[in-house]
Amino acid sequence: MSSQDTLTLTGSADVASAGRRTMTLNMGPQHPSTHGVLRLVLELDGERVLSAKPDIGYLHTGIEKEFEAKTYQQGVTLTDRIDYLANLSNNLCYALAVEKLLGIEVPPKAVYTRVMLTELTRISSHLVWLGTHAIDLGAMSVFLYCFREREELLRIFEMFSGQRMMTSYFRIGGLALDLPRGWRQRVARFLDQMPSKIDEYEDLLTNNRIWKIRTQGIGIMPVEDMLDLGITGPMLRAAGIAYDIRKAEPYSGYDRFDFRVPTRTENDVYARYQVRIEEMRESVKIARQALEGMPEGPFTADAPKVVLPEREKMKTQMEALIYHFKIVTEGFRVPEGEVYQAIESPRGELGYYVVSDGTAKPYRVHVRGPSFGNLQALPAMVQGGLVSDVIACLGSMDFVLGDTDR
Amino acid sequence: MDIPELLQPFALASQTRFGELTVEVAPGNLLEACRVLKHQLGFERVSTITAVDRYPLSPRFEVVYHLHSVKSRQRIRIKTRVDEDAELDSVTSVWRGANWYEREVFDLFGVRFANHPDLRRIMMPDDWTGHPLRKDYPVEGYK
Repeated sequence: MSSQDTLTLTGSADVASAGRRTMTLNMGPQHPSTHGVLRLVLELDGERVLSAKPDIGYLHTGIEKEFEAKTYQQGVTLTDRIDYLANLSNNLCYALAVEKLLGIEVPPKAVYTRVMLTELTRISSHLVWLGTHAIDLGAMSVFLYCFREREELLRIFEMFSGQRMMTSYFRIGGLALDLPRGWRQRVARFLDQMPSKIDEYEDLLTNNRIWKIRTQGIGIMPVEDMLDLGITGPMLRAAGIAYDIRKAEPYSGYDRFDFRVPTRTENDVYARYQVRIEEMRESVKIARQALEGMPEGPFTADAPKVVLPEREKMKTQMEALIYHFKIVTEGFRVPEGEVYQAIESPRGELGYYVVSDGTAKPYRVHVRGPSFGNLQALPAMVQGGLVSDVIACLGSMDFVLGDTDR
Repeated sequence: MDIPELLQPFALASQTRFGELTVEVAPGNLLEACRVLKHQLGFERVSTITAVDRYPLSPRFEVVYHLHSVKSRQRIRIKTRVDEDAELDSVTSVWRGANWYEREVFDLFGVRFANHPDLRRIMMPDDWTGHPLRKDYPVEGYK
């Protein structure tokens, strides 16, 4: 170890000229810590990482192309499948983008439900991150705790949308269904319990010596590089930049909610852990405000050309029947134009760029997945570190390959 | 948001809709405009770079740059139009984060970028033929 510690790392050529051989290691595409199909080509000198080259695209499914062949409302089902741990965030971002093009305002009940469920999504996504991150670094039990709470969240999502993961619950113009019977007690019970559960995770990790040794001082990189390379979200906030789109460019009524943007300045893997833990606590607060302030009223916008009519109206009113037929058979036309809508997903800036040519199908949909931007910075983050720290850095990025490859 | 004065010499056209400013620049001016945007106007990060295929119009591709300033909380959309056989200056020298986005545009649209450090396919396999997000590429792929 000591000889390597004193070795100056200026690139593989120097190592080779010094008569040392480097090793090329394929990490992935089937490595447990890559949480999906990411391939990393590592060039190693002993345990030191000389360079890392991410190879992505294994999960590319052509979602952006598929959007062009579907009507706007059908496109919602594709958004779930992009970031499969933050389905509702993707539903929300797409719906907001198309609603902006259409000039539709959704009613308060839909706004509050969207905020509440998106925040629960953030908790659910952070739980998967925490559990897997901890298991990668050897803390087995945290995983079991996290998935216990996530299970309840998936059941809540199922209660609302009928689906655990592929929710498609936020539609263009509002929600797919009205709030289910008994939702309030179920969500309230979860929100009551969650803070003490987060304490449990913290008991296991925050002062855990091994956890601290594995995460503190690891994965530091200059803030300018982070911005330059496209990192957003909790990682940027752990580097001292209090940038959160929910505050900076409030969407979907986030300006009506009272919450803090947690930040740290250490900019290491541990700081990212602390930021996400605090974010879960803030999300509980936001979701509770949404639950308590949940307005009565309709759950879809008053836009008969876009939103399907109620079943009852369809049976009694000719007009409603015609609209229903038109929406189902042809979809609705969206005025020509283009928008870029960004939201704060659990991983950072999620953006949908939607271009309309005035027809019922999008001309182009581009998804700015936060994982794609974050992952690009990985080589800069792990260079010069140890192989075992690559695992810690990967975990701290919290990327989802579906979001990266689309 | 109005078009910043420093950007005016580069602007072919500009419009603000839905509160979003779009500025179109000539492909030859793109790199210079981006330098001004980053160093003088404070757009320190690229949100995303993508393209829109306007087939069969010519020039065929609109390459779209979404830029963002964390400090001033502003966004801007820069557009430039290029044809199939043209080469566009890479902006990786301005923002390193443009690297993967330009690779994606190259892979899925076939727009080539000059002076890009590593212009390879990123999503599709290396031996793939065609560029899937082009409008003349069938959704089901070629059989």
